[in-house]
Amino acid sequence: MKSAGSTPSAKPRLTTSAMIASIAAEGQRTKPAPFGHALVELARSRGDVVGMTADLGKYTDLHIFAQAFPDRYYQMGMAEQLLFAAASGLAAEGFMPFATTYAVFASRRAYDFIHQTIAEEDRNVKIACALPGLTSGYGPSHQAAEDLALFRAMPNMTVIDPCDAHEIEQVVPAIAAHRGPVYMRLLRGQVPLVLDEYNYRFELGKAALLRDGSDVLVISSGIMTMRALEAAQALSDDRIGAAVLHVPTIKPLDTEAILREAGKPGRLVVVAENHTVIGGLGEAVATLLMRSGVHPAFRQIGLPDEFLAAGALPSLHDRYGISTAEVKRQIKDWLR
Amino acid sequence: MATPTLTNAPTLAQRARNIRRNALLMGEVQGQGYIAQALDIADVLAVAYFHAMRFRAEDPVWEGRDRFLLSNGHYAIALYAALIEAGIIPEAELETYGFDESRLPMSGMASYTPGMEMSGGSLGLGLGIAVGMALGLKRKNSAARIFTLFSDGELDEGSKWEAIMSAAHHKLDNIIAIVDVNNQQADGPSKQMLGFEPLVDKLEAFGWFVQRVDGNDLDAVVGAFDAATAHAEPKPRIIVADTLMGKGVPFLEQREKNHFIRVEPHEWQLALSALNAGDQP
Repeated sequence: MKSAGSTPSAKPRLTTSAMIASIAAEGQRTKPAPFGHALVELARSRGDVVGMTADLGKYTDLHIFAQAFPDRYYQMGMAEQLLFAAASGLAAEGFMPFATTYAVFASRRAYDFIHQTIAEEDRNVKIACALPGLTSGYGPSHQAAEDLALFRAMPNMTVIDPCDAHEIEQVVPAIAAHRGPVYMRLLRGQVPLVLDEYNYRFELGKAALLRDGSDVLVISSGIMTMRALEAAQALSDDRIGAAVLHVPTIKPLDTEAILREAGKPGRLVVVAENHTVIGGLGEAVATLLMRSGVHPAFRQIGLPDEFLAAGALPSLHDRYGISTAEVKRQIKDWLR
Repeated sequence: MATPTLTNAPTLAQRARNIRRNALLMGEVQGQGYIAQALDIADVLAVAYFHAMRFRAEDPVWEGRDRFLLSNGHYAIALYAALIEAGIIPEAELETYGFDESRLPMSGMASYTPGMEMSGGSLGLGLGIAVGMALGLKRKNSAARIFTLFSDGELDEGSKWEAIMSAAHHKLDNIIAIVDVNNQQADGPSKQMLGFEPLVDKLEAFGWFVQRVDGNDLDAVVGAFDAATAHAEPKPRIIVADTLMGKGVPFLEQREKNHFIRVEPHEWQLALSALNAGDQP
């Protein structure tokens, strides 16, 4: 994007479009507001569920819940420290708050409040955050490249990075059934629908082998599982067999499934994540493998340790190597 | 309100003296601590626990209890002293204060201690938790109230002001906050660190029912809690309590730089004696 201003070219210029650009590719099947609808469904059977947000109800799909249960919805204003401290207070009184904001604000602005009032006190608060990783072209203020690293490092916290609408609607009741604090990444608006074609069920703490292959094992979470599946399909045209192990629960990690798959000989292991290469799934898997004496050839696909550029999401995903085309290209290069 | 008035029940003055004594005994165990704060807030705690709040000593998580949120976790020594006096913590545990495996760590934490409703230490958390609890109590149609104590230094934290706005916005008349204005924080006099006056005007402008009293005048503190309870407007309530660091032990009242004080071994007995001497009519 930075070269766009220098010379006019025939190439269409992509715009940043909006803070919350859709991550759905053109023509991709989608489902609207899976989190909001799943929460309404959950709240019908569980009277303890309340919704809370810090001026981002519409932008986290919590407005669906607010419309269905206006008296169980708390608008806390644009005050994230208050949001999480108050969520702790409601949980202390026996309620199960689902508190939403953007991932940057929960992880960076309100970290101490979540650490002390929710995690340390082991309060039953579910934190659901939109714009995880690089899902906004707005610039570093809204790009939560490090949210998983920060919440992984927090004791008592369960960390979930769901892939698509199908998974998000299953994550909501699953984390409600788990007693304790949870951080979940959220995709909102028109959310891609992918995993319904894989006969997939989300299970807290479990990884799932979505596809097998003999040349490379891609271990991925969140939207990178979608990208990995597309890349694997494209690689098969080049007679490269790619397996995809989806790891939606970043913490606690499904060590058994990861060791089982990564321990199979002869495959390159690639961890792909929509997150900085520091402290996320890639480093979690690498540490596990080292600790366990499993030493495959190992590569990481993830965001670089730098402040990311503003721009259009598709060009940013290409630039930082997390688009489907770039995932495929890197794997081919590594296998050469 | 909490305790039926019995002819032989200890007076609030005796309760406050016992809280000070418990705090000094714990301080002696470690040789140092936030003793000056415990001495300054003992009168407020005596009135809170033995006049204003409803609780059951034998059941610290009784659903109908008034909640007490200690936002300034370093005042734990003061709250433990009050919880011991209230019979929620056995007096025998006093000598474990600050030791490994003790239920009485230096900084108050909910997971350690019966009667400790939140984990403090990091300042500026309590009033936000109070907002959530107050909303929760209203959802349950509970008559229980939230008492929350914080320090004047905590007014420096932006989160405090988020919660101050929120409590008024949600009309949380079930919150009674107490701010301890002892004008002392880690680096020096609070008003020199980040000015917060005129505090009453500020808090009133933010929509609170505000009273400012001498926090070491038991009658004034009783009157403030009574008025906070009786007040009819749907506003959160706050008592600005001006207190004297080290109150009750003259040589500690006069000690400068008394945010975190070291007391020499021989001085603890002098402090306890001074406390007892001050108690005589």
